[in-house]
Amino acid sequence: METAFTPLAGLTGGIMIGLASALLLLANGRIAGISGILGRGFFDRAQAPGERPWRLAFLAGLPLGAWLSMLATGDAMGFAITPSPALLVAGGLLVGVGTQLGSGCTSGHGVCGMARGSRRSIVATATFMATAALTVFVARHVLGAA
Amino acid sequence: MRTLVAGLLGTLFGVGLAVSGMTNPAKVLNFLDIAGVWDPTLALVMGGAFAVSAVGYAVSERSARAWLGDVFAIPTRRDLDASLLGGAALFGLGWGLVGLCPGPALANLARGGTEIWIFVVALLAGAGAYRFVIAGRASPLAERA
Repeated sequence: METAFTPLAGLTGGIMIGLASALLLLANGRIAGISGILGRGFFDRAQAPGERPWRLAFLAGLPLGAWLSMLATGDAMGFAITPSPALLVAGGLLVGVGTQLGSGCTSGHGVCGMARGSRRSIVATATFMATAALTVFVARHVLGAA
Repeated sequence: MRTLVAGLLGTLFGVGLAVSGMTNPAKVLNFLDIAGVWDPTLALVMGGAFAVSAVGYAVSERSARAWLGDVFAIPTRRDLDASLLGGAALFGLGWGLVGLCPGPALANLARGGTEIWIFVVALLAGAGAYRFVIAGRASPLAERA
């Protein structure tokens, strides 16, 4: 599926994401890294009291926000995903294991970590951007997937 | 109160993901496809988020505590190790295969559909399996054994 370059929508949505991250840090003192919140919120049995509820509340907000946005704008950005169960399972497992092993994803390393100048986050972001771009290049231009 | 605030901010984050189009895996894959039908939108999403987040961090550095009274829980490690690099590489591989990272995957539960559920269950299985292996290694019982 071809998609149009939507700079204004991208910048607007990005500012909202940045605002959510900045306010979570300033109000609650916590980093808005989705994979860390997910990994600890669901699977950490030794969480300090009160840590699990905020984590689960934040995660529940993600689909709620997307739903509200779609309600208001009618899914303006569209949606297209591979129908292959094998790719979906492989991709999900790799993202799940990789983000826990590497302590972060696009939000934790890519936004929050880079924004505070963390060397680990800058290296991690460069690494996952490079391997993701290489994966897409091989899939689309070497193997000829859509 | 912190739970309510976190819920509201997660919602704002979810609105941002949908508004920016990052909930559409095709848009993400087209950003990564520099040699093909390149869609640079993701760079502006990250740029906008980075700028606002950096201001938030700068303000936090001048504060002793968060507004709701907590200490700031900010990662302090600076070393580059194999886990960081290997994990980021695996994450990038999975991200490039499907076009979903954890935030948009969860946000898309609003849309539902078989594909999203398969991906999210696999993501949770991968994350859970990894964390249980680590938790097992770190537990006192495992140390004694």
